[in-house]
Amino acid sequence: MTDIPADEPLHEVTVVVNGVPRAAAVPARRLLSDFLRHDLGLTGTHVGCEHGVCGACTVLVDGRPIRSCLQFAVMHDGAQVTTVEGCSSGDGGLGPVQQAFRDCHGLQCGFCTPGFVTTITAYLDENPQPSEDEAREAIAGNLCRCTGYQNIVASVLRAAELRGSTGEVAQ
Amino acid sequence: MKPSPFTYHRPGTTEAAVGLLTELGTDAKVLAGGQSLVPLLNMRLAAPPHLVDINQLQELNYVRATGTSPDGAGPAVVVGAAARHADVERDPAAHQALPLLRRALRHVAHPTIRNRGTTVGSIVHADPAGEMTAVLALLDGSVELRSANGSRRVGAADFFVGPLESAAEPGELAVSATFPVPPGQTGTAWLEVARRHGDYAVCGVGALVTVDADHRVVGARAAYISVDTTPVVLDLLDAVGTGPADTADWSAAGRLAASTLRPDADIHATAEYRRHLAAVLTGRALTAAALDARGRGVNHHTGETEETA
Repeated sequence: MTDIPADEPLHEVTVVVNGVPRAAAVPARRLLSDFLRHDLGLTGTHVGCEHGVCGACTVLVDGRPIRSCLQFAVMHDGAQVTTVEGCSSGDGGLGPVQQAFRDCHGLQCGFCTPGFVTTITAYLDENPQPSEDEAREAIAGNLCRCTGYQNIVASVLRAAELRGSTGEVAQ
Repeated sequence: MKPSPFTYHRPGTTEAAVGLLTELGTDAKVLAGGQSLVPLLNMRLAAPPHLVDINQLQELNYVRATGTSPDGAGPAVVVGAAARHADVERDPAAHQALPLLRRALRHVAHPTIRNRGTTVGSIVHADPAGEMTAVLALLDGSVELRSANGSRRVGAADFFVGPLESAAEPGELAVSATFPVPPGQTGTAWLEVARRHGDYAVCGVGALVTVDADHRVVGARAAYISVDTTPVVLDLLDAVGTGPADTADWSAAGRLAASTLRPDADIHATAEYRRHLAAVLTGRALTAAALDARGRGVNHHTGETEETA
């Protein structure tokens, strides 16, 4: 990025993203979301509101979903991060949650989708067989302005089916 | 970049963190979960020159259900400053001792926020809509503050000074919060009305009902969020009376609460609507807490509680 004042100190930050160690020297105020997108070039993580409301930037840190726009990269030096790019299947094809979104028309413009995919991936790890109500509750912290959520709820249930049939779990 | 520049500190021990905070004074803010602080920084509503990150302090990362609280009183759940809401919510021993914690935490934002946000941080943040501020107040809990000059414990009644203002002074680190287990056969409940689940409550009520061996009411209290600048605790026993819990007039407590509280209007609700919610939710929450009390037997000596409901 070109917006760093010359005299602003940099911190060397190393994170293991989707199983691959990645490092960059960034200012302390670099948000984890911007670190992933700007410094590491992983633009799958989307930033919507940038103050923790919309959920588009959700990534998994040490397996738990968090808002990457509400964290500084420097706080997560040494952490394991999973982004939407890491939610694919082992052979690089669509992972079960991604396949479910495709099957159920769970996205329209797709801007919010990375946050849904990461959130649902972590949720199904803990709750492999949610009811429809639980599926709706699981996505309550993520905003989508296109779908009206019906097809996203269907996608959660479909993803649970797909995971059950293949025995696949998140990385 | 969203926030203005700051100097980042990651002390390795609580002592080092406290030393830094004392040295930096008003120039420093504590960075824990960041779920309230970072939005303020992103919007540049706050621009502290120094942030002291306490997330690495494993010695503050605990949730303990103890038989004796740190202030020497009875059983309590003690939460360290680095413990996440999700850690408190999921802790089986904390839930066994004080089910109100999990009941209230389920209303704190969304699971993704609770994965990072800390319980002690939300208490120090002192948001008038923060559920855990009212839980601490309802249980008459306390916060331990540490500075280079030593340690002090501040009770909930003195801790919440105003909106987003607590008794924690510059140079002090809130290292833990203590939630006492209420004595006797006591049930609890948490209810709130929000525009959407996880949003800030328009009105939220925590209730605590204590009954005797004959299931007669001997204590009835409620704590409120989003109706004043700080959490409000009301003793409602006089309105309810000390009759059998099954036939108690809990709505009378609701009427007393509505006539006592002085909420403000904002874009979400009129003051009158908030008073109405307080009345209705008080009645419902006390009813639920009384039912909960029936299901809980208490061993007064060990404080071991059992949930059968």
